[in-house]
Amino acid sequence: MLRRFRLEEPQSVAEVSELLGRFGESAKVYAGGTELLLAMKEGLVQYERLVNVKNVTGLNEITVTDGSVTIGALCTHHQLETSAALTEKLPALKKLEQNVANVRVRQVGTIGGNLCFAEPHADPGTLLIALGAKLITEKSSSKREIAAEDFFVDAYETALEADEVLTKIQVPVPAANGRSAYLKFGYLERPSVGVAIAFNLAVGCAGPAPRRVAEAEALLEGKSKDEAERNLAQAGAVAGRAAQAISDLHGSQEYKEHIVGVLLKRAFQRALS
Amino acid sequence: MARAMTRHSEAQSIPVSFTLNGRLHEIEVEPHELLLDVVRDQLGLTGAKRSCDVEVCGACTLLVDGRPVSACTTLAFEVRGRSVLTIEGLAEDGKLHPLQQAFIEHGGFQCGFCTPGMILAAKALLDENPNPSEAELKHFMHGNICRCTGYKKIIESIMAAAKKMRVKA
Ligand SMILES: Cc1cc2nc3c(=O)[nH]c(=O)nc-3n(C[C@H](O)[C@H](O)[C@H](O)COP(=O)(O)OP(=O)(O)OC[C@H]3O[C@@H](n4cnc5c(N)ncnc54)[C@H](O)[C@@H]3O)c2cc1C
Ligand code: FES
Ligand code: FES
Repeated sequence: MLRRFRLEEPQSVAEVSELLGRFGESAKVYAGGTELLLAMKEGLVQYERLVNVKNVTGLNEITVTDGSVTIGALCTHHQLETSAALTEKLPALKKLEQNVANVRVRQVGTIGGNLCFAEPHADPGTLLIALGAKLITEKSSSKREIAAEDFFVDAYETALEADEVLTKIQVPVPAANGRSAYLKFGYLERPSVGVAIAFNLAVGCAGPAPRRVAEAEALLEGKSKDEAERNLAQAGAVAGRAAQAISDLHGSQEYKEHIVGVLLKRAFQRALS
Repeated sequence: MARAMTRHSEAQSIPVSFTLNGRLHEIEVEPHELLLDVVRDQLGLTGAKRSCDVEVCGACTLLVDGRPVSACTTLAFEVRGRSVLTIEGLAEDGKLHPLQQAFIEHGGFQCGFCTPGMILAAKALLDENPNPSEAELKHFMHGNICRCTGYKKIIESIMAAAKKMRVKA
């Protein structure tokens, strides 16, 4: 059961931000609602007002410019999994999107909602960190860029301010096609471990938030194929520790660290192939 | 606090004009009302079921503009200007849809609780991909859970219906 709330339906980002500023903690952005409504039904959070952002124009487009793809925060997973631009420019992200949740969640759930909710067992954040993506956020009268690797603070916690709206995600396109990979593993509803390789190396799902692992990158970057392959096990161990894995329903800390190593090895091979 | 509570309980009414199983409906809903409750309790169509209530099982599946959604977690106002299909709207002129017929002929259900959602999801799949491979079918349908059949008969039913629908088309 959902408790009663009021609905606001602003038409612009400035109005959204103004409403969030005016009503503070009693209001929240509502996009697809696939996370928010669950949390409200469970009584984990309560809001007097939801601010429906789906009438704001220009936030559900995918545009390709020189070296990057810009994705509107309101793009649904379904839009992304069927996007020709993603097929061509960011195949690893397209593949990831095809395997998020189930067909009904992909139909209404947005990429912006996924990132802003910062649920630990989520896929896109990890790959976006590896791709060196930038998150564009706006308030009534200001705009800023947050590197994906700086966006995720903790479980369910992001760098977003209360009256700030995520509007776009700008993703650099890897030079040669196929030079990036995201692999996940899990047997529950949501993924238990995710590993991504592109410009950077990132791990997610195992701990509270997705993380870039620069120390593991150093073991692989600029190395000959043989040398990099020799270093893979060590890189995997480093990434496993950096994942800050916790023991939970998905598995023990040791188990998840091991899986990080396995996925890293496979992702590396896939990125090279 | 008192002020917040009054504000909280003031009812806000949203006019919703939408097509349900091909017929235009004009209703009013409050923002927090869920599509599943409106369809089952106000409009009396009880084919869609509430089971997990967390978007996992698919028993509440409805098609909105031809695409599957979890009605258990969809706000009713979201169907403004849209077209909603429930299992009750699938048969035409008293004649069962090929998917319904195939589920009967191939034993695609036992208790039947998952079946309305299964058939609607399968319809969405076949409308966009009339000739799916078994892998494509499994990928599309993996969010619809059945506790009885073990899925084999469901897959057979959908494949059989797909074949019939292709012949007809
Ligand atoms: C059954 C199930 C399985 C799932 N499996 C996976 C999985 O395998 N992998 C995966 O990655 N994810 C998974 N998810 C998560 C899914 O991707 C998210 O539910 C979805 O993307 C959230 O988007 P939304 O638009 O519905 O967000 P909402 O529920 O509308 O919002 C979520 C939060 O983000 C805030 N928000 C939304 N948009 C913005 C914005 N533009 N600016 C600022 N704040 C905003 C809201 O205020 C809210 O706090 C699963 C979810 C479910 C229910
Ligand atoms: S009841 Fe809605 S998905 Fe299970
Ligand atoms: S037939 Fe009983 S749940 Fe599927």
